[in-house]
Amino acid sequence: MDFLDVVVNVLNSTVRLSVPLLLACLAGLYSERAGIFDIGLEGKMLAGAFAGAAAASVFGSAWIGLLIAILVAVFLALVHGFASITHRGNQIVSGVAINFIAAGSTIILGQAWFNQGGRTPSLPSDARFNAIVLPGADAVRDVPILGEIYSGLLSGHSLLVYLAFLAVPFTWWVLFRTRFGLRLRAVGENPAAVDTAGISVAWLRYRAVICTGILTGMAGSYMALAQNAGFVKDMTAGRGYIALAALIFAKWKPVPAMFACLLFGFLDAMAIRLQGTPLPVIGRVPVQLMQALPYILTVILLAGFIGKAIPPRAGGVPYVKER
Amino acid sequence: MSTPYAKLPRWADYGLIPLINLLVAFAVAGLVVLLVGENPFRAAVILVDGAFGSGPGIAYTLFYATSFIFTGLAVAVAFHGGLFNIGGEGQAYFAGLGVALACLPFDGFLPWYLIFLLAILCSAVFGALWALIPAYLQAKRGSHIVITTIMFNFIASSLMVYMLVDVLKPTGSMAPQTRQFLEGAQLPRLGFLFDYIGMKVRPSVPLNISFLLALFMAFLVWVLIWRTKLGYEIRTMGFSPKAARYAGISETRIIIVTMLISGALAGMMAMNPIMGDQHNVPLDFVAGAGFVGIAVALMGRSHPAGIVPAAILFGMLYQGGAELSFEMPSISRDMIVIIQGLVILFAGALEHMFRPAVQAMFASVSPKSVGVVAAKGEGA
Repeated sequence: MDFLDVVVNVLNSTVRLSVPLLLACLAGLYSERAGIFDIGLEGKMLAGAFAGAAAASVFGSAWIGLLIAILVAVFLALVHGFASITHRGNQIVSGVAINFIAAGSTIILGQAWFNQGGRTPSLPSDARFNAIVLPGADAVRDVPILGEIYSGLLSGHSLLVYLAFLAVPFTWWVLFRTRFGLRLRAVGENPAAVDTAGISVAWLRYRAVICTGILTGMAGSYMALAQNAGFVKDMTAGRGYIALAALIFAKWKPVPAMFACLLFGFLDAMAIRLQGTPLPVIGRVPVQLMQALPYILTVILLAGFIGKAIPPRAGGVPYVKER
Repeated sequence: MSTPYAKLPRWADYGLIPLINLLVAFAVAGLVVLLVGENPFRAAVILVDGAFGSGPGIAYTLFYATSFIFTGLAVAVAFHGGLFNIGGEGQAYFAGLGVALACLPFDGFLPWYLIFLLAILCSAVFGALWALIPAYLQAKRGSHIVITTIMFNFIASSLMVYMLVDVLKPTGSMAPQTRQFLEGAQLPRLGFLFDYIGMKVRPSVPLNISFLLALFMAFLVWVLIWRTKLGYEIRTMGFSPKAARYAGISETRIIIVTMLISGALAGMMAMNPIMGDQHNVPLDFVAGAGFVGIAVALMGRSHPAGIVPAAILFGMLYQGGAELSFEMPSISRDMIVIIQGLVILFAGALEHMFRPAVQAMFASVSPKSVGVVAAKGEGA
């Protein structure tokens, strides 16, 4: 395997690994820009992954799986909204609660319904989102460099991967070029002003959390229906939190969010690739260190290099009209 | 400025509303049991009977409760300072190293009470150390403590796997754990106490002296928070960081000290399963107790007098849940995680949901008890 092959290979898995992060990160972007902190991305992804896998295995269709995953994630997002918008509860507490509810119920229901120790049955290929070969990918495979990049890196991903990367410019457009986006950002900075303008703060924030639900549902479906062939318990393994870190790292902006997620995906890909291979100078690195690396780097990135990350000003503060 | 919620009599505030929240949480948990295809009422009977129906049942309940008192207090202290320490799990796990450090070199020749003292110190220091970095990063670099403590849970878990598999495991052994502790590092068990109330408890039931330590710590936390200058500063900080800054309280100092105390309390939890039950440091001995602490602290409204009963309730769920999974195999221990989530949701995030209704009820029964003025402006 020559050098280019290795590079394309690592970048390819970078893309695959960063997609769930990217979808979750954009999900968090909508909600946090509207002033609702959401630590429950993890739980919504997990619940989405389970619901998607369960529905896909029962109905034999990836699309029904995706739909159910989105519905379940939106439901949980609405619970979060109900607690933190309508009842002015603590948003972090509510998010943590949703993570636990998702972690516990996916295992209990999975075991009760499928009897495979919390897994869902392994999905056949027509109940998954399969790789799409871009036109001409096979033909140009032998073209040096460009052909390799086109067929090895850009082609051969599932539909959700392309959707995730399309969601980046789309999110940018929604947030910065539409009336809804302007209001959404305003409600995260100064809800009283939005209220004075005669726009419902609660309804805007509810719409924001619904967007969050849709995207986390997609993130979960990607993990269960494209990356893997079914649900395994705790399969999100903290990706919701890493997405949140990426969001902070990206200072709540869509395009930087994509690069942040690609960076975390790249670290993950390197960690997998380097497992067991001795490195120059350092020697063999313990597997556990490699596994902990994304989390360690998250801490380091959050601590050091992001400059000052200024969150939306009204983030985490429930809006009380009477004030 | 109007407060968003009007006053209720104290007993309603601290008794009735938490009780309603709790009942709703359990009602929703009952729905999950229904979804699984079992009878929730039968499940509840088995659960309570398993936890309180026999001497050993009670002893096991209290054994689990011991861990939850420590982690609940840890979360509560941080709450008072306006910090959300989700890292109790990792802090307790890392503190396992401290316990190993106290036990492994000395268990051959020191008596248990000296090792116990040493282990209290070591576990507290290790737990505090694991909380120090997130605390420092929050105080100095502004990185969000919730995210850093979560990351530190993952890091602790990898680190402990490495330590147990590659460092602490005795040569020739297959299991990833330290060697078995000798007599000196085994905490005395409290099963004999049940003899006095006429119940028989096998000596193998792991309820041990760290239960008493947990109760003592609950008392100390009460003293710290409500009877000392530091506690006052912590509460001021939690209530209004602005006011604290205005009063000349150093934010950095309070954040770090609060998190150190919180981490130390979480760390002490490690003694209960390690020295009280397993007599070695195994993988994953914390088993979610750090997270249960969040629910316990919210349910107990961050007051030791509420945390101890809340911890016993969760001890009951653990012990009764074990019995339940024998009778109803589809309801495993993971049910606790759901209940935990529901308690956090209803007692924490939705704590005000039933307030307007309760308040309207009070206002109609006796307007004086709620204060007529307060009863008016309430519309949420």
